[in-house]
Amino acid sequence: MLGLYLHRDSAVHRLPAGAKMGGLLLLTAVVLTLPGAWGALAAMVAGAALLAAARLPPGRVLRDLRAPVVMLALLFGIQALLAGTGWQDAAIAVARFAALILLATVVTLTTRVMDMVDLFERLFGLLRPLGVNPAKMALMLALTIRFVPLLGDLVREVRMAQRARGVERNMAALFVPLLVKILTMADDLTAALEARGYDPADTGSQR
Amino acid sequence: MIELRSVTHAYGDRPVLHDLSLRLEERRIAILGGNGSGKSTLARLLNGLIVPTAGSVSVDGLDTRRDGRAVRQRVGFVFQNPDTQIVYPTVEEDLAFGLKARRLPRDEIARRVAAALERYGLARYRHQPAHQMSGGEKQLLAIAGVLVLEPSHVVFDEPTTLLDLRNRRKVIQLVRDLPQRVVVVTHDLDMIMDFDRVVVLEGGRVVADGPPAEAVPAYVERLG
Repeated sequence: MLGLYLHRDSAVHRLPAGAKMGGLLLLTAVVLTLPGAWGALAAMVAGAALLAAARLPPGRVLRDLRAPVVMLALLFGIQALLAGTGWQDAAIAVARFAALILLATVVTLTTRVMDMVDLFERLFGLLRPLGVNPAKMALMLALTIRFVPLLGDLVREVRMAQRARGVERNMAALFVPLLVKILTMADDLTAALEARGYDPADTGSQR
Repeated sequence: MIELRSVTHAYGDRPVLHDLSLRLEERRIAILGGNGSGKSTLARLLNGLIVPTAGSVSVDGLDTRRDGRAVRQRVGFVFQNPDTQIVYPTVEEDLAFGLKARRLPRDEIARRVAAALERYGLARYRHQPAHQMSGGEKQLLAIAGVLVLEPSHVVFDEPTTLLDLRNRRKVIQLVRDLPQRVVVVTHDLDMIMDFDRVVVLEGGRVVADGPPAEAVPAYVERLG
């Protein structure tokens, strides 16, 4: 999973969210259009340089990249062995993904969620004529990022409660209380959003 | 002032509050009651999170049914579980959430957030993800997230229930020092002994109402 914002006093952190997202899109286009692995290698070098410039602790970055590395290894295996594309093409595909994940990690680790959400709210604003409410979309994005770790905690909590009662592996025993907890949490969250001044009818058009 | 006039509230066909009339004028008021007595429902009525099935609730003359948004700007609400109240991933961003929802200018948001970080001892957690904080720190953040909006009243729904002794003391002191009018729903009797008024609920009705020295013994007796 990509990392959450990690505060450091660096030029990369100070760059506007729009510039970083624009740069990411541009480099994605470069990586995907250049033939062979050259684009991917160039993007990886750029990503590594940006990580160094952002003064992010390598240990933390590597920890965030553990899961994607496993995923990429699986992808390589499937491509090379099962899809029959040959190991060279599989390596190029994996190198491209790795470069993009590295660049995306730089963006997420150096950009505050609020700045990212503001950017997406402005972009979603372009879809207002289609009936899209940019404020709601932006809030949805922020809540997703905030509640993913919380849902992980809930799963662990329910699992532990089941184990304490002697249930080791039972999907129904996990799913039902988890669903109840999530629905209760959603209910409380709705009330909390209202209590903190969020107005669901607000379209964000004044911003 | 918060005023409840002949308030009745039911969830479906299950009545929770029965014909309640109260004028909440004192600076610090506690609501006591056993489980299912209707105290959390009463708390949520006070800032228009729910509206009564019958009767009315008003805050400084504003009706919660008609002027819900304006009422919620005056009455802050702190929930028992801070996890459901924290919206943004990091401390600084979450403090800014309510201010942004009110469309305050950026420099005003930055000023208020910086002041809240200092005042509530959260400055060193500024960029920390909320899910990595302890229960007590999260509760402080949830409270700060409400107080940064500068409401004139604050309603707390069991704010110390999930806290250890040290954090419980911290929250009690914070509530004690608040200049706002405060309504606290709690089972924590130590917290409310110096409050101005204690309202005791049972089965959705007021069964005792007065200073702590009178109302708390009545509550203890009923529970015993």
